[in-house]
Amino acid sequence: MSRRITVPGGWWRRRREDGPAGGARKPPWTLAFVGVVLLIGMHFAAPLSGGVYAFTDWDGFNSANFVGWDNFREIMDSQVQRNALLHTLVLAACYLVLVNVVGLVLALALNRTLKSRNVLRTLFFAPAVLSPLAVSYVWQYMFTYDGAINRMLGGIALDSLRHEWLGDPSTAIWCVLVVMVWQHSGQAMIIYLAGLQGVADELEEAAVIDGARTWMRLRRVTLPLLAPAFTIVSTLMLISGLRVFDQVYALTGGGPVYSTETLATQVYQQTFVEGRFGFGASIAMVMTVLISILGIVNMMYQRRRERRL
Amino acid sequence: MGAFRYTSRSFVRELAMILAAMLFSLPFYFLIAISLKSDRQLTREPLKPPLADPNWGNYADAWSNGGTTGGMGRAFFNTVIITVGSVVCLVLVSSMTAYVIARRTSKLSNGLYVLFVIGFIMPATLGLVPVYVVMRSAGLLATYHGIIILHTAGILPFAVFLYVGFIRALPTEYEEAAQVDGAGMLRTFFRVVIPLLRPITTTVAMLSGLIVWNDFFIALIFMSGSSIGTLPVALNSFVNENYTQWNLVFAGATIAILPVLGVFVVAQRQFVRGLAGGIRG
Repeated sequence: MSRRITVPGGWWRRRREDGPAGGARKPPWTLAFVGVVLLIGMHFAAPLSGGVYAFTDWDGFNSANFVGWDNFREIMDSQVQRNALLHTLVLAACYLVLVNVVGLVLALALNRTLKSRNVLRTLFFAPAVLSPLAVSYVWQYMFTYDGAINRMLGGIALDSLRHEWLGDPSTAIWCVLVVMVWQHSGQAMIIYLAGLQGVADELEEAAVIDGARTWMRLRRVTLPLLAPAFTIVSTLMLISGLRVFDQVYALTGGGPVYSTETLATQVYQQTFVEGRFGFGASIAMVMTVLISILGIVNMMYQRRRERRL
Repeated sequence: MGAFRYTSRSFVRELAMILAAMLFSLPFYFLIAISLKSDRQLTREPLKPPLADPNWGNYADAWSNGGTTGGMGRAFFNTVIITVGSVVCLVLVSSMTAYVIARRTSKLSNGLYVLFVIGFIMPATLGLVPVYVVMRSAGLLATYHGIIILHTAGILPFAVFLYVGFIRALPTEYEEAAQVDGAGMLRTFFRVVIPLLRPITTTVAMLSGLIVWNDFFIALIFMSGSSIGTLPVALNSFVNENYTQWNLVFAGATIAILPVLGVFVVAQRQFVRGLAGGIRG
């Protein structure tokens, strides 16, 4: 394509710039106007002013007073908020590990050979595309005292294990974790399956059939080649784990006795239920800072790991 | 594929995986089975499938009475409008923006691209309160266009990120040819560029449609208590009203889930490509 072609002019015509698109006229900035306005408004101006609200006692209606670090001091002093922070970290960490492990095992098992692999992949992946709220209600029913899990335990003569799963503060949070892992392991699986397509056939086949040597090959050959997939899964799941809301809201509503509150449920509770806009913004700020720091640490770790391999 | 012998070990593995998949799918079984039970069947034999006399009336009940306002039927209608509206707006705005960023090679456009990436990575939770306040004073709470703007703006960085990656790999010859033929900028964009973007548009539309259809957090905050609530919001108030009426609630949940599941089964390939590969750009 020659650059000498004289193109008919127009109001948008600019002088030519160098670069890969040098031969074509540049699209005008006006085309990007709406997108830039929405980006600045939603992703920069709003969070910045949210950061200002975090230092006020605003209730959403009356005039706001600056209260310095009071909101953050309250987060550190209040048992509920401290626990919400702790639950968020524990849930996200366990979720990150379990989703990776289950997803990887499913991907290795369903990569080749099996005749039913396509159907099975569909089954395992399906929960990931469904409304977290709707599937959490199904699980809520299963966890109730009269529900499916207890009845099935009774059915196989394990009556002693019957339990008020969601009503007991010591088990409720793990129920939330089960639902999160159940819903998203299939997503991790398909990302790993996509990664496995780059791994030579014989290697995985061998890895699956013979015992001890398999483990070595898996470690030395397959897993290193899955490093990019591992990065994607970890980054995605870390962020979604730290933001968990729907599952908690539907399964426990944060209870019993605040034992499943997370940062996201507290942002909702404090801001929109209690009407403490300033305090809610300060919890949102803690959440943002946490996600940013852990996100950056994760990225640095992944990059170093990928380089080392 | 000669290397992949189907040995007896493979058979054992196959059986194990099928068993695991059946256990894994139990929630789906309960969802469907219980949604078809009468109240009496639910209390008497909750685990058995209601094969003898399925109670389809639950669906009619949930459709017209479930949730607070207008039943799941109304919520279904609302969700379709909001999902389609958001996806159309998002595809238009993000493809135009990405086109400018990808085809201009100035410092300004590169800087803008970086801003979009930052917007994509940073969580938007902190902006929630200000956005709520602005929308409240603009009268946009509990309106179709309000929530559509919100979803468009929210998913925009991700969509722009995907589009820019795709457009940068696209040769410029087609656009140049169209311009040589005297096509204006908008004509070039809509007649030449948009059709070329089809593969990535499918990915963007599917992922964003999924996000909007399933969204609960945004809908709960910006639309609860109104008559334009989406399926998750209606399902939530349905549960609050009929706490132990699991058969009705599950009929409602199935109504919320079924369209997505249908699209998923039909277009699985695109979903997989979108959720596995699309993320990598």
